[in-house]
Amino acid sequence: MCPEQIIELMHEYLDEEITPEHERTLREHLQSCKDCEALFNELKKTIAFVKSVSYMQAPDDFTANVLARLPKEKKKIWMQRWVKNHPMLAAASLFFILMMGSLFSTWNEDREFSVTKQKNLVVQNNTVIVPKGETVKGDVIVRNGKLKIEGEVQGDVTVINGEKYLASAGHVTGQIDEVNEVFDWIWYHIKKTTHDVVQIFEEQPETK
Amino acid sequence: MDAIVKKRIKQVIKGDQDAFGEIVELYKNSIYQLCFRMLGNRHEAEDIAQEAFIRAYVNIKSFNQDLKFSTWLFRIATNLCIDRMRKKKPDHYLDAEVAGTDGLTMYSQIPSNTPLPETELESLELQETVQKEILKLPDKYRSAIVLKYMEELSLNEISEILDLPLGTVKTRIHRGREALRQQLRYV
Repeated sequence: MCPEQIIELMHEYLDEEITPEHERTLREHLQSCKDCEALFNELKKTIAFVKSVSYMQAPDDFTANVLARLPKEKKKIWMQRWVKNHPMLAAASLFFILMMGSLFSTWNEDREFSVTKQKNLVVQNNTVIVPKGETVKGDVIVRNGKLKIEGEVQGDVTVINGEKYLASAGHVTGQIDEVNEVFDWIWYHIKKTTHDVVQIFEEQPETK
Repeated sequence: MDAIVKKRIKQVIKGDQDAFGEIVELYKNSIYQLCFRMLGNRHEAEDIAQEAFIRAYVNIKSFNQDLKFSTWLFRIATNLCIDRMRKKKPDHYLDAEVAGTDGLTMYSQIPSNTPLPETELESLELQETVQKEILKLPDKYRSAIVLKYMEELSLNEISEILDLPLGTVKTRIHRGREALRQQLRYV
């Protein structure tokens, strides 16, 4: 039988926590005791065996299987990642959504009767009249109401969500537009915005 | 690597599953090996290893980010393995031992197509012997030995993973070593 304190020193050695002093004691003893030397070698061999057992690899689809078993990802994160991966597309779609939203909301909120203020226009209830023999200068826009043209309009006429009557004697120098559907409304807005933008550019040289 | 793991954990806490996928990639082999060495069965090992990662994901908010993530993950996996070993029911997996045979598994009942070269056969035999002897260890020695010699972790880390004083860990490793020595001395 090997002495208990020598076995203790062997374990200290194998734990790599042995002091130089203890190591000397151990080595001196091992040289004189064949039993202890054999036991020490067996312990070292055992560790080598256990360590030699090859490194194991998880199955190929391991990660995919784990991810498939996770609780559903939050929508927010999915959106964030999508935005990160497609910044241009995200910006474009955000712009598109906002634009459509604002257009729809103006269309929906804009249910009240209104008309551009111009000289000679007569308003009766929700009907705007360009009286016979009178001339209205500038563009006329009527929202949510009727427009009767018996005189002359020197400019464009737009009726949004309403009706217009052009009497035989009536005359419009510019374009006549009737906007009744949402898509017409959007188209009208786009045209108007483009027109405004173009005008800004056109006006600039004049102001100089 | 620790910095990357820390960053990924922050993303996981926000709910980013892709970031968690990267964490799984980093640790899947060691966790799978730990489970296989503890349970001795590939199906169970995969199941428990997956379970460990899922628990880590679900409980990531309770992880103290000042500590080492791998220690926490190993602790979850070790506890799951020990739980499984305790309520282990009779099973019929291919690599479970066939009753009445000495260490033969269902795999050995399936004829192999390619004959193994002799050296490979020998090393396979050694591997199987070592694995078998590890599985014979009582679970408290087994976990300590596997973490020390197969995962090559430090005694301090093992003490944190097993939530035991350093002295207890040392005793378990000493006893585990001694038990293995007696079984493997004539190999």
